[in-house]
Amino acid sequence: MTRPQEVDTRELRARYPDVFDRPASARLAMPAMIVAAFAILVYGLVDLDFSPSRFFAGLSQLGWISLMMIPPDPGSSLPVYLKALGETLSIALLGTTLAAVFALPVSLLAARNVIPSQILRFPIRRFLDSIRGVDTLIWALVWINVVGLGPFAGVLAIAVSDFGAFGKLFSEAIEGADQKQVEGVRASGGSALHEIRFGLLPQVLPVIAGQVLYFIESNTRSATIIGIVGAGGIGLQLAEQIRVLEWQRVSFLILMILVAVAAIDFISSKLRFAIIGRRAVA
Amino acid sequence: MTVAVSILPEQQLAVLNAAYRQAVARKRLRLLLGLVIFAAALFLAAIGAEVNLRTFFAHFGNFISYFDRILTLDSGQRVWTDAGEWLWGWRKWLKMLGETLLISYVGTLIGATLAFALNFFAAENTSPSPWLRFVVRRLLEFARTVPGIVFALIFVIAFGLGPMAGVLAIAIHTTGALGKLFSEIVENADMKPVEGIRSTGASWLSCMRFAIVPQVTAGYASYALLRFEINVREASVMGFVGAGGIGQELVVAIRKFYYSDVSAILLTIIITVFIIDITTGWLRGRLFGKEART
Repeated sequence: MTRPQEVDTRELRARYPDVFDRPASARLAMPAMIVAAFAILVYGLVDLDFSPSRFFAGLSQLGWISLMMIPPDPGSSLPVYLKALGETLSIALLGTTLAAVFALPVSLLAARNVIPSQILRFPIRRFLDSIRGVDTLIWALVWINVVGLGPFAGVLAIAVSDFGAFGKLFSEAIEGADQKQVEGVRASGGSALHEIRFGLLPQVLPVIAGQVLYFIESNTRSATIIGIVGAGGIGLQLAEQIRVLEWQRVSFLILMILVAVAAIDFISSKLRFAIIGRRAVA
Repeated sequence: MTVAVSILPEQQLAVLNAAYRQAVARKRLRLLLGLVIFAAALFLAAIGAEVNLRTFFAHFGNFISYFDRILTLDSGQRVWTDAGEWLWGWRKWLKMLGETLLISYVGTLIGATLAFALNFFAAENTSPSPWLRFVVRRLLEFARTVPGIVFALIFVIAFGLGPMAGVLAIAIHTTGALGKLFSEIVENADMKPVEGIRSTGASWLSCMRFAIVPQVTAGYASYALLRFEINVREASVMGFVGAGGIGQELVVAIRKFYYSDVSAILLTIIITVFIIDITTGWLRGRLFGKEART
């Protein structure tokens, strides 16, 4: 057996010059990007007042705090906390449902295959984007100004900010739908509304239901925090206990949130599979 | 030409029809039951959340007039008639926005690095031992489920007021979220290269470095960019609890009823989020082609 290696390399080198002698720009691109990313990181750390002494002082402080969190103890306010948790779950459920109900008609208007006119779709899409660009907490503050402190403001905050997200997701689901059914309904003489009702909705409803369930799940998480600005739910209790440094109660509240979110996760994934069958939500 | 349509005998047809009707009826019943349960849950939730439609409709005017007020200058004019007066604090706001972006950048990078380090232990196919996987997974779950702003509240007490608390809060939350996504990518990776490298007698670390990492970097970068986008939004409210960024200005403006400032700051936030969304979307498209964009 001969040794083909040397011959092969030379021939390969000649045949694929790009692979063996990559231009300097291509070879330097990756390291340059890493150096740039790192440089911005260092600049950021300096600009944001990171100092090792402060970091380690804070870390030891954090150690003390976690020690004081053990064991988690609700004190005498367990009923209050349970009520707050119920409030949080209510906020998530109602907020998501309201958002979905209002987003469905709007998402039809934002879908390319329902409204072909770019001029009409563009402002609706930008409108949805702007709503989405504002964080839920900011919406909560706005609604507190309107309906006052309390969970109702939280419901409205979640409803508005999810309206933006749903509008986009639903319209994408509608655009992904098969047009053949719609054409079939049109061929049999159906009106535009019939096309949507019998051609489009049966296709997209399972997808939409999956997304709504997923959002109820993730909104349980968001609903736990809007109380921090005063919009009801368990976040209100949590923020208060952190401010008065009742660490055992804080850890108890965090545990409650973890358990509640895990339970909702479990239930909604079961429901999701029941509705859409065992396939991934698009 | 005649077409023979075979029609079943009456008796057989009746049985099939009955079965069909029964199946439809059962499906309808189940749907109805589901709707009733859902309506009941909504009703309970409405009581729990103290929904009061009367106050809502009585005060709904406030919502409209709130936007009317934040779009009006002190002088009574509409904001856009006097942009200089409306955006009077733009230098300060841009600086705060820069801080917000920096908070999310540093937080995302630290979080992504930690997630990168941890995800191989959390993935089913690469984890060296089951108990380690269990521990790392629970850790990531914890970091992901506790909302970032709760970490921020605690860190403000531990590290003092300022952006440091915000960065660390975002970093932890990002570690949890990305750690899970990263490990899912690793679980989908092809294991044949790993076998190839292991057969040369390489250690676990070399297997990861030369067999897994080259397969997954594109996915990692795509998710990290997506996370950066989300973190910009999150960093914009970190200031609410004193953890730095533009949120601090916004909460002051809202609480003190500086109406036109609220709209001006909101506008800058929305524009920034737009720009970041578009840039990262473009970058992801450029780096990984169209299929990685979803």
